[in-house]
Amino acid sequence: MKLQRKNMLRASALGALVVSGALVLTACGSDDNTGAGTNASGKPSAAAGDIKCDGASGKLLASGSSAQKNAVDLWVKNYMAACSGVEVNYKSSSSGEGIVAFNQGTVGFAGSDSALKPEQVEESKKICTGGQGINLPMVGGPVAIGYNLSGVDKLVLDAPTIANIFNDKIKKWDDEAIKKLNPGVALPSTAIQHFHRSEDSGTTENLGKYLKAAAPDAWTYDAAKKWPAPGGLGASGSSGVATQVKQVDGAIGYFELSYATSQNIKTVDLNTGAAAPVKASADSASKAIAAAKVVGTGSDLALKLDYTTKAEGAYPIVLVTYEVVCDKGNKAETLPTVKSFLGYAASDAGQKILSDHGYAPIPAEINSKVREIVNSLS
Amino acid sequence: MATTTPTQTDSPPPPVSASVKTAGRAGDAVFSGLSKGSGILLLVIMASIAVFLTYRAAIALSQNEGNFLTTFDWDASANPPVFGIAVLLFGTVVSSIIAMAIAVPIAVGIALFISHYAPRKLAATLGYVVDLLAAVPSIIYGIWGALFLVPQLAGLNLWLDEYLGWTYVFDKSQPGVARSLFTVGILLAIMILPIVTSVSREVFLQVPRMNEEAALALGATRWEVIRMAVLPFGRSGVISASMLGLGRALGETMAVATVLSPSFLISGHLLDPGGGTFAQNIAAKFDEANEFGRDALIASGLVLFLLTLLVNGAARMIIARRKEYSGANA
Repeated sequence: MKLQRKNMLRASALGALVVSGALVLTACGSDDNTGAGTNASGKPSAAAGDIKCDGASGKLLASGSSAQKNAVDLWVKNYMAACSGVEVNYKSSSSGEGIVAFNQGTVGFAGSDSALKPEQVEESKKICTGGQGINLPMVGGPVAIGYNLSGVDKLVLDAPTIANIFNDKIKKWDDEAIKKLNPGVALPSTAIQHFHRSEDSGTTENLGKYLKAAAPDAWTYDAAKKWPAPGGLGASGSSGVATQVKQVDGAIGYFELSYATSQNIKTVDLNTGAAAPVKASADSASKAIAAAKVVGTGSDLALKLDYTTKAEGAYPIVLVTYEVVCDKGNKAETLPTVKSFLGYAASDAGQKILSDHGYAPIPAEINSKVREIVNSLS
Repeated sequence: MATTTPTQTDSPPPPVSASVKTAGRAGDAVFSGLSKGSGILLLVIMASIAVFLTYRAAIALSQNEGNFLTTFDWDASANPPVFGIAVLLFGTVVSSIIAMAIAVPIAVGIALFISHYAPRKLAATLGYVVDLLAAVPSIIYGIWGALFLVPQLAGLNLWLDEYLGWTYVFDKSQPGVARSLFTVGILLAIMILPIVTSVSREVFLQVPRMNEEAALALGATRWEVIRMAVLPFGRSGVISASMLGLGRALGETMAVATVLSPSFLISGHLLDPGGGTFAQNIAAKFDEANEFGRDALIASGLVLFLLTLLVNGAARMIIARRKEYSGANA
């Protein structure tokens, strides 16, 4: 009798363990937004010859944007496989946090979705003795507009329509504006539920920049990390938004393309004014980034993207993430590692692996400048 | 054996008792010093935390362009900074009230069932299962809430809107999934259930057997026993238990941040997405906040601290007024 009860307890404890274990596992699953699983088992995709380890040693700390986390992880894996004894540790938190850590001097470089602001550059001069913080564009990526509408497998939208959906003016999927862009598609009269990031986010800021540039009449808000428009629903993180879109019929939201591919979420083709609507992909994002102009001065390579580009096959809702380093006055103990690691990231091999993972390589012209500057860091 | 025991008990006592006495005095002094020291240390730690928080909060408040108490916005990293806690205070209080309204009756019911109705075997299992709820980390509740609870509540929301929409509170004025303060309240209720249940159960088990037997002897039914003997005796305990639960509900962070669709608006329509809580706002904004933004968040945290202090003070007053029933005096 007593034994039986004990067994029962044990069984229920075991059951509880299994249930909570499953919960934990699914929790991890929903956050995994890359095909890294398949890649992890493969051999490092870059030949060791591309990676110059000269002088690199010890431990390099870095922190910042979660948008480029998967890219940096790939680089780190290959880099550490090639250069033994070097450890690179990229803490993916957020752009803001990365820059704060950089300006406190606790990291060798920071990842950021947006270029340093003037006051942040001013602050960086304390850390970079004799120099200042600069932005090196390293990773580009399309911000996909994902939707979930049963029966509709292909959807074309343009900037004003997207703006009106996200500012709550278009409330039904069979709105005239959407119908006009999608002739021959049977649109249901489902209510539109639009999802945005509930926390401050560089992705939000980039979408805002695009909408403000491409649809200034419909989108009157200044681009900011905080979601500006009324209505709609917030969810935390790109993974949170993607999960909600996947779950709710009639939903639309924005996130990095990798979240859409990993969760099989349909994405909107963009009518940019080009002959054919453009699908979000690494390729089409690269084409849009190619139209960007460098606005940084000196060795700063901050980019100004052309959101209104009408180039064929160019997808203009893109995000460029930078690595922030000191042009002069980097810490002596981490400088060789920073140069060697970023040198690999900007190399052909480093850029090539990006496109396989939903990111867009930086166009060659800008990339060659990045390499020059990485070489000249001191 | 029998012969040795008297000599053993006879001879040793005098020296032993003397040494115990002296050791006891020294021990007393050490122990009283230790406990006094610990008490003072606690006060020092609390005071220094309070000073630190107040100092950082003061930096933020001195530069706030909005009214800290009435501004419906949180833009602390902007220039000039504008932020206020009105929405957060409302959201924190409302979601906690919903959680308490749901959790306390259910918890008392479960506790009574376990202590007075259920067969012992079932009671043990049930108690065990409820306690297990406390061991689930809150982020898991958050994910469970977002993936399972939110879609499941769509039907309940429609029902409430249709039949109770006239109350204004349950009028659902926007379409949209159930990522509202109401859903958060339900989730919080589930999260605070174990602590309220287990403390209430302990209290109900403490009811003097004599009281219950006396009531039974007078011909009371089991329900009458519970109403006349168990509930009055356990009331202060249940209030304390509820306050412990309320503490968790007020401060819950990740589960709320995952489930709620926050916005800086106060709306009486509880089924509509919107609102926010102190802890959720801190979690959401902390990452991207600059140093000043963090000071502002600390200021909001200080308000949560004061709120908790007020609630606990009120609870203590209620319990003190019902001292005659308290188990401590029995």
